[in-house]
Amino acid sequence: MANVLVNAPKTAKKGDTVEIKALIMHPMETGFRPGANGRIIPRNIVEEFSATWNGREVFRMKMSPAIAANPFVSFFTAATESGTIVLRWSGDEGFVAEHRIAITVT
Amino acid sequence: MIRLRLAVALAGVFCASLAVAQATDPRRSGYLEMGPALQKMQDDDTANPAMLFVQAGAATWAEKVGTAGKSCADCHGDAAVSMRGVAARYPAVTPPLDRPVDLGRRINLCRTTHQQAPALEAEGNDLLALSAFVTLQSRGLPIAPPEDSKLAAMQAQGADLYKRRQGQLNLSCASCHDDNAGRKLAGATIPQAHPTGYPIYRLEWQALGSLKRRLRNCLVGMRAEPWEEGAAEYLALEAYLMDRARGMPLDAPGVRP
Ligand code: HEC
Ligand code: HEC
Repeated sequence: MANVLVNAPKTAKKGDTVEIKALIMHPMETGFRPGANGRIIPRNIVEEFSATWNGREVFRMKMSPAIAANPFVSFFTAATESGTIVLRWSGDEGFVAEHRIAITVT
Repeated sequence: MIRLRLAVALAGVFCASLAVAQATDPRRSGYLEMGPALQKMQDDDTANPAMLFVQAGAATWAEKVGTAGKSCADCHGDAAVSMRGVAARYPAVTPPLDRPVDLGRRINLCRTTHQQAPALEAEGNDLLALSAFVTLQSRGLPIAPPEDSKLAAMQAQGADLYKRRQGQLNLSCASCHDDNAGRKLAGATIPQAHPTGYPIYRLEWQALGSLKRRLRNCLVGMRAEPWEEGAAEYLALEAYLMDRARGMPLDAPGVRP
């Protein structure tokens, strides 16, 4: 199980701008560093992060090896309807993590 | 009525003098030397990367391991109650040993004796995570090393080390952290070296690290040879730094540049 910390409102007014903050534990190994044995440690990064709101994509970003370990992402989106926001991280070595946020829009 | 007013007035005087005492305490947590962005990162439990480790530590707390098949929680229950104030006391003398150990070592004693499980790697992520989780239960509490003759001897040894010049630059810890605290060393503000925030998430490390690791960094910085792993010197310095910070509130887990 991925280790994730998310900060998002539980409720919002329709049309409001809401901020979603998400932190995930991940080494973001660049693929450029030699290990203790002198050999390059294979790249192991999160490549993509996305968010859907009731299935509709509201945010997407590509990540690169220049991003530090345990990446923190914050983004804004407009509150449309009650439902579920799904945050999804995917990357090297088959890495996939999902986090669901229930939000009530009034 | 008059008596009540007097009591209120006295309480007011008491609070005021407490505030003065705090305001005049020249000791400053390293937190105060950071810019507002890093302070906000530390303050927000969903932005402070150390909290990922705390979360992992909380999971380990509830995990049954070892031939005893017991979790930390099986014996200690709710950490918010049983571990409150514990980190503020360590290093301390603890059974079955008769000498001071640091918090990580204390946790490993429980692993090996009470859980009958292999010790966690010193300064490895699992032990750091458990330490961070245990330390969080003392957040805001004053650092309070116990009165103990064995600990006192170790604190005195640490105080000597702190003042002793060493390394190619011929500096002591005090040269920077007492004589030049608050001034700049390259881009960094020299902090007063209080151990209030440990373990810390250091951005430069991109990882959670122990006070020992921080001390090794300073030793390398002063071009002294770091003591070997597990050397008594680290523990002595830690014991001294905790004594020197006695009464300061723990603000762990900290973020540092
Ligand atoms: C050349 C100056 C210098 C010397 C000598 C030095 N340090 Fe440091 N120390 C620093 C600086 C600068 C930092 C902060 C680094 C940063 O924020 O990037 C620091 C950080 C620390 C911290 C972390 C404080 C915090 O708020 O997290 C501790 C503890 C510490 N030093 C202890 C020691 C000890 C013990 C010694 C002696 C063995 C020592 N230092 C020697 C410059 C020094
Ligand atoms: C079988 C019961 C048992 C288990 C399991 C156990 N402990 Fe303990 N722990 C104790 C006892 C008993 C003490 C008191 C010291 C002693 O007698 O060893 C103690 C002491 C401690 C202390 C020091 C408390 C103080 O006030 O100084 C810490 C910290 C601690 N345990 C953490 C842990 C952690 C973390 C785990 C899981 C990795 C754990 N313990 C698992 C029984 C247990």
